[in-house]
Amino acid sequence: MNTTSSAHRRSRWLLIQTMAVFAFLYLPILVLIVYSFNGESVGGFPPRGWTLRWYRILMDDDALWSAVGNSLLVALAAMLLALAFGLPAALALDRASFPGKAVFRRLVLLPLILPGIITGLSLLMLFVTAGMKLSLLTIALGHGTALISVATTEIFAGLQKMDRAQEEASLDLGATNWQTFWRITIPNLRLAIIGAGLLIFTLSMDEIAVSFFLIGRDNTLPLEIWSRLRRGITPEINAVSTIIFLFSLVMILVWYRVRTRRGEELAELVPLKP
Amino acid sequence: MISPAQTATDSGTAEKTGGVEPLLSIRSIAKRFGSTAVLHDVSLQVAQGELLTVLGESGSGKTTLLRLIAGFEQADGGEIFMEGERLDPLPPYRRRVNTVFQHYALFPHLSVFENVAYGLRVRKVARTEIPQRVEKALALVKMSEYTRRAPSQLSGGQQQRIALARALVNQPKLLLLDEPLSALDANLRRQMQLELKSLQREVGISFVFVTHDQEEAMALSDRIALLRSGELEQVATPREIYSRPATAYTARFIGQTNLMRGRITNGVADCGTLKWRCSGPDGPATFSLRPESIRLCDAGSSGKADFVRFRAVIRSQTFGGATDLLETACPDGGVVLVRIASRGNIQRDCEFEFCADDAILVRG
Repeated sequence: MNTTSSAHRRSRWLLIQTMAVFAFLYLPILVLIVYSFNGESVGGFPPRGWTLRWYRILMDDDALWSAVGNSLLVALAAMLLALAFGLPAALALDRASFPGKAVFRRLVLLPLILPGIITGLSLLMLFVTAGMKLSLLTIALGHGTALISVATTEIFAGLQKMDRAQEEASLDLGATNWQTFWRITIPNLRLAIIGAGLLIFTLSMDEIAVSFFLIGRDNTLPLEIWSRLRRGITPEINAVSTIIFLFSLVMILVWYRVRTRRGEELAELVPLKP
Repeated sequence: MISPAQTATDSGTAEKTGGVEPLLSIRSIAKRFGSTAVLHDVSLQVAQGELLTVLGESGSGKTTLLRLIAGFEQADGGEIFMEGERLDPLPPYRRRVNTVFQHYALFPHLSVFENVAYGLRVRKVARTEIPQRVEKALALVKMSEYTRRAPSQLSGGQQQRIALARALVNQPKLLLLDEPLSALDANLRRQMQLELKSLQREVGISFVFVTHDQEEAMALSDRIALLRSGELEQVATPREIYSRPATAYTARFIGQTNLMRGRITNGVADCGTLKWRCSGPDGPATFSLRPESIRLCDAGSSGKADFVRFRAVIRSQTFGGATDLLETACPDGGVVLVRIASRGNIQRDCEFEFCADDAILVRG
């Protein structure tokens, strides 16, 4: 009896601990969401007079929406850029042998470790030297190049997990190298590629340091929010943050669906009986 | 491409195989990885419809030989011909050779049907033809009901069958099997051996089967090619390789044997206390004598002249069902294994005999 009661106590402690961690992580977000419906413009507890006013204002805020559009555009371009360079880099790391491979393998991770200030500043100097006008394009290039390392490492990990005999089997069955790449290698890397893409997209969406150096006339969403905060906080910011939060949640659910669907699909077709 | 010298060897090999051109002809193939020679001057032929086993310990180069035929490795010397045409310069996807991999290497993202259809799809076989060919291949391995499963939902034996169907659906001229049964448990293994053999007869395709298991090789093969450290030790039918091993290594590797070292002088073999007439050349000699070639004399000696008799003490008797294995010690201390029909109550000190012809003269 004694042991069960102490086990009980221990599990209650664990429960409280878990709750505390969750509260620490998610309470600020909850507060942010609650205050986006607050009737009064400045904080204060408890929130009074529920309203959707801030969402209405948000809907008519063209500057903010164009910033959202810019961010989506930049994130999409950065993702495609990083994947386009990251995939060949990962393939080279996995299967080619070339001089300086070990150095390359470490260097490719460097942009991930470097502070954004350094990456941003050096890219700024590069673009200025190259005579490029700062714009969304330079931000996209900046994000894209900085995030190649994410694509490379994620896809490289996927390649390491892959059974190479599958590719040999494909060649053996009459597929050319090209056919094997598209029919076997890429499907095997699908999860790694989608995962890397979503990660890059998210990182680009809320990137500030590099964007700050490379910004032209058009703001991205984080920079737009940040510049407004300097003029004073309004619940409109809470409203836009709530929408971003919901958007991220949907993205995560989509990712989860993609990851689990394939297995279920094949499993559901035929009852599991020999 | 074919020089006069090569044409000459062509006709030479044709004579050797009785006028019929072999399906596959491996000529003096060599392969090294870095400074290690994995295969050294290996020449081997596979006839049409033959089941040839490449037998060897791990590290003997048998898998490398298979990968050279499949096209996954490039030889450092020698050539491979298929039906008289050079095979070794072709990439794997241009060879009429298919492989069953050791761990099957089924495509996890494709259903059983699509796995089997893969070779047909990439080779652009007419769409209307694919379903019936896949069905036929799956029926051949008795897996017709599993078309829509994922490979991960199949047992090891079932995956094995799918791997077979996936290879056979392409109607290769030669099927390579890389230790395909090594992942299965003993009972399933024996069952699959029988099925593989009857399947091979049914489709009439030549099989090259790689294994380290000599019993498996004996049960399955038309011929066995025994590899030892990258060199061919002996190529022969299972019966011949067992009853007339060319070397001491072969005799020991395939089945159990007694190796007796001695010398031959003037047509008489002399191994310690034993002497018998022998036609070999003078000099040091090694003989292989199978345990079942020796018999107990207590039921009366055959008394024939060419029988060699000796006394020995039985040190242990191991019951093996139909037969018993006796470990005996000769007066000179040499251990001799004897296999007899199972029986109890044997005296400790016995007289044995064997026919001189059964002591096979082997190389070192």
